[in-house]
Amino acid sequence: MFQCKTVWNKMAPLARASSTLCRQSGKREVLRHVRRPVLAHQALMSSGATGGGMENTLYVLLVGATCLGGGVFVYRTLSRDKARYDDRLSDISSRWSEQREQGPAQAEPQQGAAASDPPPASAMSPVEPALPEVPEHAPYLLIGGGTASFAAARSIRARDPGARVLIVTDEADLPYMRPPLSKELWFSDDPSVTETLRFKQWNGKERSIYFQPPSFYVSPRELQTVENGGVAVLMDRKVTHMDVRGSKVKLSDGTEISYDKCLIATGGVPRNLQVIERAGEEVKKRTTLFRKIEDFRALEKVSRELKSITIIGGGFLGSELACALGRRSADLGLEVVQMFPEKGNMGKVLPEYLSNWTTEKVKKEGVTVLTDAVVKNVSYKDGKVQIRMKDGRVVKTDHVVAAVGLEPNVELARSAGLEVDSDFGGYRVNAELQARANIWVAGDAACFYDIKLGRRRVEHHDHAVVSGRLAGENMTGADKPYWHQSMFWSDLGPDVGYEAIGIVDSNLPTVGVFTKATAKDTPRAVTELSGTGIRSESETEAVAGAVAGAVAGAAGAPAPPPQQKEDYGKGVIFYLRDKVVVGIVLWNVFNRMPIARKIIKDGEEHADLNEVAKLFNIHDD
Amino acid sequence: MSYCKQEGKDRIIFVTKEDHEAPSNAELVEDDPNDPYEDHGLILPSGEINWNCPCLGGMASGPCGQQFKEAFSCFHYSTEEVKGSECIEHFRGMQECMQKYPELYPQEDENESGPSGGDDTAPAEPSNTDAASVPDSSVDEVTVAGTENAATS
Repeated sequence: MFQCKTVWNKMAPLARASSTLCRQSGKREVLRHVRRPVLAHQALMSSGATGGGMENTLYVLLVGATCLGGGVFVYRTLSRDKARYDDRLSDISSRWSEQREQGPAQAEPQQGAAASDPPPASAMSPVEPALPEVPEHAPYLLIGGGTASFAAARSIRARDPGARVLIVTDEADLPYMRPPLSKELWFSDDPSVTETLRFKQWNGKERSIYFQPPSFYVSPRELQTVENGGVAVLMDRKVTHMDVRGSKVKLSDGTEISYDKCLIATGGVPRNLQVIERAGEEVKKRTTLFRKIEDFRALEKVSRELKSITIIGGGFLGSELACALGRRSADLGLEVVQMFPEKGNMGKVLPEYLSNWTTEKVKKEGVTVLTDAVVKNVSYKDGKVQIRMKDGRVVKTDHVVAAVGLEPNVELARSAGLEVDSDFGGYRVNAELQARANIWVAGDAACFYDIKLGRRRVEHHDHAVVSGRLAGENMTGADKPYWHQSMFWSDLGPDVGYEAIGIVDSNLPTVGVFTKATAKDTPRAVTELSGTGIRSESETEAVAGAVAGAVAGAAGAPAPPPQQKEDYGKGVIFYLRDKVVVGIVLWNVFNRMPIARKIIKDGEEHADLNEVAKLFNIHDD
Repeated sequence: MSYCKQEGKDRIIFVTKEDHEAPSNAELVEDDPNDPYEDHGLILPSGEINWNCPCLGGMASGPCGQQFKEAFSCFHYSTEEVKGSECIEHFRGMQECMQKYPELYPQEDENESGPSGGDDTAPAEPSNTDAASVPDSSVDEVTVAGTENAATS
């Protein structure tokens, strides 16, 4: 195909020439026929037959010669290209075999063809014949170093004693959790928070975003030999090719690692708006696609140095960042604008009345919210980024944050021969999260079959934990399907928050049951009680019976009851599909997730949802 | 008195405490305790320890996981009068191992989360009914698990 393209490109001028020739002769023919009626009748027949007889032959000769010339040219180009291609292939393969002979440890200096980041300058060629930096074989290979991968590693280690697990990540960080990057880290008073990445939860307890400190892990070099096995993390390496037949992967520097069981947990990459992609370098370097630690650090710096930030996107990430920046806006003298096409924040998740309520809350956090805003054009003018919307509104800002969704990372699909889902994106896997024999996928990148709710792909923290854990179980022989429904949560500051489970899509008909809230119905109160701000863990903490000092009265003065206009103080919202509850939002109602989970698991049709709402005992506490 | 309103396809019901006083007549499906798909608590239906229980934090999966499993198993299956009295050696081994990783297993007051960053995202909670049915010795077990959880894996 490539050859054809090059050939065609080279042929183009020739092709054009010959086609004009054709056209011109054609025109001549046509004009001749048009002129014919003007001539005398007698002349008609004779002119028709012999008209342009001489010119005809000439025309044929010309075209013929062109074609012949073209043909010869094509033949020569093809053979030349093929020769070049063969040369290149032999070149590459000789380099590969060279590397293999020298051993993986010394493969690193040979960057050559590989066009990706060089590995860190850690000890490469050891003095004695010691172990290579990268193990040649990993019984459990986890591609991706995020939440799902870590949960799987833990699960594997718990179930397979002495397991040796290798995590390969293209980031420079050990596995960490993402929710605090758009929430808690921003509320920290500690000026060194961008370095330590430690955050204080609402109850004052401190925590790091890293799942485990470095001492938890073994070094990749020792993985194959360390007694009792362990989890090793290979950072700054990207898996670029997967050979399923040979059960091995290839890294960007050419190193190969073979595996017995493999997990793909590659997550995704933030989407960008096309108008920004096309807007040129000046705009792009003032745009943040927020996902990783480095994005948090960069945006934090921007928030202190610039005067205006605009967030495009009204979903979880956009709204949380807007609230986080909004709270700082007064102290920093920062203007925070948020714009999105929906009618209100979380417009795709919450029913309209709650979405409107949420938008008002975001505005109170100091954010200028522009709804029904479709970005038409972005440019850089007079030292400002100018965002022009379809309805003519213009926003002039210093920096843009695009929070418009996530593109699941399926780069390995081609080389590994894995199916990609066309509806939801991501790797298509079955209910047991398996893509193919010995290959599982978990987290944001997995489009899995949910026995209760149908095929879906979920981009939430708890889902990464639940699916990672399940994948780890299945990699150690459990063969269990996705069954325990994951949940998600979001806080709009310390006073208002919600937890949700299942399919929470605002397109579905909903039934909401509300009552007045009290001071205990706030994220701050529930964090104090449970001892953790990561609310997917609050249930576990309760069961473990751990946190002794958590009982009421722990944290100083009670918070004042939240001020709300309408009576949406606290409540339960049911999302229905064909009269069955498929999703539930617990609005300022906490510690009730098990009941919600049960209702969805049952999948029953309930005649009166108010009766179902009673099961939550929202008035108790 | 509860009242309703309808906004398009969304129905909103406002209730007071009195409205919800009467017990619910909504029916829930009976749970099958032997459902193979369900997550279990600390103890599996077979009586074995569920090392993957989120309530253990990462105790069974960390560098001292092996020692922890030995000590805890010994304790769990112990039939001595003073439960676990024959397991001292195992616990000592576990203690020694943990001392090598002070960052992961802070030796001070167990109720503090400690300066280490070691808190883990315990994946999903076990089904509450199972956890509740953990046997009597659970009181001690859960305390052990609890302190270890707080102490991080």
